[in-house]
Amino acid sequence: MALALGTAALVLTALLSVLALPSLARSLETVRQRLVERSGHKRPVPVDEYDPGRELRAEQRARALLRSCVNEEEWTMYRDLGFLRVWGTLDERPYAYLVYPHKPILAYVPSTNHMLGEYCIEFPDRTRPYGSTRLPDSDDVLAKWVALTADERALIEQANMHLAGRQIRVAKARRDLVRLACWERERVASHRRVPRRAGSVPAL
Amino acid sequence: MKLLRVKPGHGEVVLAEGDVAVPEQYGELLATFRRELDAGMWAAIPTSTHLGRREAELVRSFEDVPADAERVIFFPRAAGGG
Repeated sequence: MALALGTAALVLTALLSVLALPSLARSLETVRQRLVERSGHKRPVPVDEYDPGRELRAEQRARALLRSCVNEEEWTMYRDLGFLRVWGTLDERPYAYLVYPHKPILAYVPSTNHMLGEYCIEFPDRTRPYGSTRLPDSDDVLAKWVALTADERALIEQANMHLAGRQIRVAKARRDLVRLACWERERVASHRRVPRRAGSVPAL
Repeated sequence: MKLLRVKPGHGEVVLAEGDVAVPEQYGELLATFRRELDAGMWAAIPTSTHLGRREAELVRSFEDVPADAERVIFFPRAAGGG
């Protein structure tokens, strides 16, 4: 009797497991997706969704948009150096930010090149049109520039602040500040040069 | 006026374009503007100061958009990164 009951219980358990398996799998997948969304991890872009040509065209469009929004000095700075400098406005003492694509915003004091900290901020597009939340590089820079020039305080309050050197190596930041200083010197010098104009030399 | 949205893998996309003085076009611009804000986007207008400094202005309603604005750019909302 006990053997028969035991066998029946085993068979019943096996049958229930088979029936419950699909819904169990669905529940596990839902839990996994929620965990991924909460942890903020990016879904890896499948290889067939990544198109280098499309990304290049997107970046070209983004560069054109950035160029149309910032002034000529900022555009040439970004084109030549790969980052933008935006002056801070919340303090009487001069300070500025270096804005890199898809990296934290680096605050520093230009007179001493002392680095104040990194502000980590992202602009994730949750609609993931091609499987990724990442904007093209120049659109990311433009978004940071817009946020800094429109409402610096709100951006700084929203960003996660870290000590300098967490994501942008201090040595790289120092090198970039030296490059920026050289770039500015060359720019000033080239503006001071008097352009030669045909016919401007008086005849003897 | 053009309503643009920046998108991953695409750059900017023209969502709507029209003249705010034309009622039908105004309606389309307004509906698009509201849809993007409801989807969690930020709306920015690139501006220029009298000193020639370029900056941007964030707007939260279509009424705040100057009638002579050439474009409004929609961005995904900022989030603190890691």
